[in-house]
Amino acid sequence: MRFSGWRVLKEGLTGNKGWRPHWRDPEPKREYDVIIIGGGGHGLATAYYLAAEHGITNVAVLERGYIGGGNVGRNTTIVRANYYLPGNSEFYSHSLRLWESLEQDLNYNAMMSQRGMINLFHNDGQRDAIVRRGNAVINQGDDAELLDRDGVRRLAPFLNFDSNRFPIMGGLLQRRAGTARHDAVAWGFARGADTRGVDLIQNCEVTGIDVENGRVTGVQTVRGPIRAKKVALAAAGRSGQVAAMAGLTLPIESHVLQAFVSEGIKPIIDHVITFAEGHLYISQSDKGGLVFGSYLDFYSSYAARGNLPMVEHTMETCMAMVPAVGKARLLRSWGGIMDMTPDGSPIIDHAPIDGLYLNCGWCYGGFKATPGSGNVYAHLIATDRPHGAATGFKLDRFRSGIGLMDEEGTGAQHNLH
Amino acid sequence: MRITCPICGERDRREFTYRGAALPRPAEDADLDAWHAYVNLRENPAGPLDELWHHEMGCGAWLKVRRNTATHEIHEVTLASDAGLGGAA
Repeated sequence: MRFSGWRVLKEGLTGNKGWRPHWRDPEPKREYDVIIIGGGGHGLATAYYLAAEHGITNVAVLERGYIGGGNVGRNTTIVRANYYLPGNSEFYSHSLRLWESLEQDLNYNAMMSQRGMINLFHNDGQRDAIVRRGNAVINQGDDAELLDRDGVRRLAPFLNFDSNRFPIMGGLLQRRAGTARHDAVAWGFARGADTRGVDLIQNCEVTGIDVENGRVTGVQTVRGPIRAKKVALAAAGRSGQVAAMAGLTLPIESHVLQAFVSEGIKPIIDHVITFAEGHLYISQSDKGGLVFGSYLDFYSSYAARGNLPMVEHTMETCMAMVPAVGKARLLRSWGGIMDMTPDGSPIIDHAPIDGLYLNCGWCYGGFKATPGSGNVYAHLIATDRPHGAATGFKLDRFRSGIGLMDEEGTGAQHNLH
Repeated sequence: MRITCPICGERDRREFTYRGAALPRPAEDADLDAWHAYVNLRENPAGPLDELWHHEMGCGAWLKVRRNTATHEIHEVTLASDAGLGGAA
């Protein structure tokens, strides 16, 4: 079933009776070439690229809950490529380019909106850091423009320019950054993988990973054992628990990050905007809700809900940056479980068990990485060699200290990235 | 979330700073693997976990807090100085 303007028109005129489920609901087979644990954005994207780019279609994606029910449906939908350390920078650049052709590749409306992102700065030190970051972004082949105070004011006149504590001196604009509809990204990859023969198996929690003589042979699930030549983890905040089934301890702490949505209001915020004093990020959804968030709650958590001090901090920061939001009511808030690494950068690598692969440690930046992560992870699984855009995401960098990618320079403390 | 400091009594979470899992600190001449485990690796359980919290805005004591990471329930709070985690000069 392909989508097109013609199809939408036809269905609209015939009572929308021709739409069919976007993917099958198959029973698990006894054996697969590749099993992917985790049917979130990264797992689905990995399955899609395994099938689409490497011709590997005897693949199962095992999902404990339902497709799109994890972090891929719980984030603030921001897409960008403004990292500056080698290792990260080329990867996010690769990912952004995949985003730009994603809807055509998947024949799926992911509501990709390159509305631009503005990172504000409030003092000379931040300006220097932003100029350096912008130059790195340009050198990696992406776009960055330095805006002065008036430049920011032209794009976002509602910001609090005259705050005594955090005056806005300017911002870094990346026009190709923006947002995408997170659910549709999951659904699009799911449909793309399914139509190429991948089995998406929902309500199928993995309870064990079988290893014989140092080589993975399959998994145990609530729906019975399934054998596989290769097993690939894509379990986000639950990575530590899944890895423990294979006897591995990962350099990961799981933390809760909260996000917030206001009631729907008329269009006010055209871009994604970040505030450098308090780490706030805000955009406006197509439904009109203001979508925003700030820091982790800072303590390790699997609760998928946060505590009030960070709610209070986020509201205060939001009011400091955009005082007009005080008139809008908060509609809802939620928490997601983030797999935090000691340097704030992810891991895409072989596990120290043959046939087992790791994709984890996305901290709270996994959504923008979705197509890139799936693409380079599929490359690693298919060829057993890292993709050229993901050579830095090594597991052993934490032990050796060589190749750490600590973008914020906060040191080996999981919750400070 | 409220934490009962053994010195100050029950206080709001805002007064405390989180450090992470309460792990025994290796000796200074311990090998790389021991330090790697201490600095980087985490069992990261979804359930009870011993953690270090600093009563930064209170008495300044370091506390060992046994807390459930799945429910945020706090089971036990003791002074970290009594926990025998090492780290003395």
